[in-house]
Amino acid sequence: MNKKTTKLEAKELNAYYGDFHALKNINIAMEEKNVTAFIGPSGCGKSTFLRTFNRMNDYIDGFRTEGDILLDGRDIYAKDVRVDELRKEVGMVFQKPNPFPKSIFENVVYGLRIQGIKKKAVLEEAAEKSLRRSALWEEVKDKMDKSALALSGGQQQRLCIARALAISPSVLLMDEPASALDPLSTAKIEELIYELKNEYTIVIVTHNMQQAGRVSDHTAFFYMGELVEFSKTKTMFTSPQDNRTQNYITGRFG
Amino acid sequence: MTNSEKNRLKDKAFQVFGVFCTFIGLIVLAVFLFDIAIEGFSRIDWDFLTSLPSRRASRAGILTAWVGTLWILVLTAIIAFPLGVSAGIYLEEYSKKNRWTNFLEINISNLAGVPSIIYGLLGLEIFVRQMRLGGSLLAGALTLSLLILPIIIVTTREAIKAVPRSIRDGSFALGASKWQTVWNQVLPASFGGILTGIILSLSRAVGEAAPLIVIGALAYVPFTPDSPLDEFTVLPIQIFNWTSRPQAEFLTNAAGAIIVLLAITFLLNGIAVYLRNRQQRKVKW
Repeated sequence: MNKKTTKLEAKELNAYYGDFHALKNINIAMEEKNVTAFIGPSGCGKSTFLRTFNRMNDYIDGFRTEGDILLDGRDIYAKDVRVDELRKEVGMVFQKPNPFPKSIFENVVYGLRIQGIKKKAVLEEAAEKSLRRSALWEEVKDKMDKSALALSGGQQQRLCIARALAISPSVLLMDEPASALDPLSTAKIEELIYELKNEYTIVIVTHNMQQAGRVSDHTAFFYMGELVEFSKTKTMFTSPQDNRTQNYITGRFG
Repeated sequence: MTNSEKNRLKDKAFQVFGVFCTFIGLIVLAVFLFDIAIEGFSRIDWDFLTSLPSRRASRAGILTAWVGTLWILVLTAIIAFPLGVSAGIYLEEYSKKNRWTNFLEINISNLAGVPSIIYGLLGLEIFVRQMRLGGSLLAGALTLSLLILPIIIVTTREAIKAVPRSIRDGSFALGASKWQTVWNQVLPASFGGILTGIILSLSRAVGEAAPLIVIGALAYVPFTPDSPLDEFTVLPIQIFNWTSRPQAEFLTNAAGAIIVLLAITFLLNGIAVYLRNRQQRKVKW
């Protein structure tokens, strides 16, 4: 057995929104082809932290970070890092399905198009491949030129996953990807996460403790901007080390 | 009378008053339109539309005026569209929120309230005199562009603001730059709204006489303009001119010209309403 390598890492990371200290001295290392769940009460900083890995916080006025975020050992906040290159490597799926008001096909190939890829054959191949991976191909293959907005919520979310996969990232960030979906669609997304971890490093923010338990290998518990506990999911849910973790996962607050 | 009867009476009274208030503007407009129609419809015929102005009322036509109006319409659109939309995109998507942009925003709103004759004076100094454009179509169109620019900027921003944050996030997360996101997502989704704003502002520009009179547009132009540097007149100026003549026949001419001008502005407004409705049907977030 070869030892798994570290894919994502944060070292003494602090983040601020203006004067508000949102993330406090975070240290964490996440393994390649692994699912890590971020849990914690609302406002604990888990989404902020997730968004530092593809620098989605860059657009927020007054947001700044100290410390390092490393992807494959490289600091992604370094001056020579191009954000568009970073985001090809680190894909993201949001809480609410957000398909573009375009056709299903154009949604999936959007990331490729903005890279300047125009060849129809290349785009079609990529679209089919990504849609198959996100388990949506069979449902949409006959209506690729129909509006993506006509799909159900669950289908839209899988389309958003396909869209993220189409540009071949190695990391997939998911910000409560199933919180706006019905139980059946949620189950499909979870199944998908289980499949995808063979190829991708996945970080998922969730409010749903059972979901964290079902899909993740490791779990990180955040509270008031601090990383309280990070361990194997099984360990965390059976014998949490910190009182706050115990209180949270047993539903005493949050 | 009991209290409850009194209350009911007051209620009724206000209803009647409210109906009166609601309809007063409409009634005045309707009476005006009716009056104009009776006066002017009989005057509109092919000759009226295709004749040059003349000292004799019965031979005078509005050819130079409506051609001038169309020229002004198109030139103003060409100038104001890219300027206003670009400024709106910059303010909404690129500029950081700070004191400087606050200052900009307040002043753009102020500009929208500046009387049109002031724009005429500005145009006279800058375009007519400094840039030596004279009383040309180009000078007129530039002046009217300044006039409607604040309106276009504000409506562009409103339309852009209506595009949800999540669409931008989705685009950025796939590696798109700000410009790619604006071009591929934000503009297509807000284009209907932007176009509506532009058309409405153009329909305002088409009705303006004051700033064009100030820059020296002429009431009597014996030819139709061939290039943007030619002198011109427009329908509102022609109407103003005719209504200031003592002879009754010229008033009839003015009524005819008013009908044509109203037809143009109603057409523009109609297109704007149509586009807005179509946009609302097409995009549901």
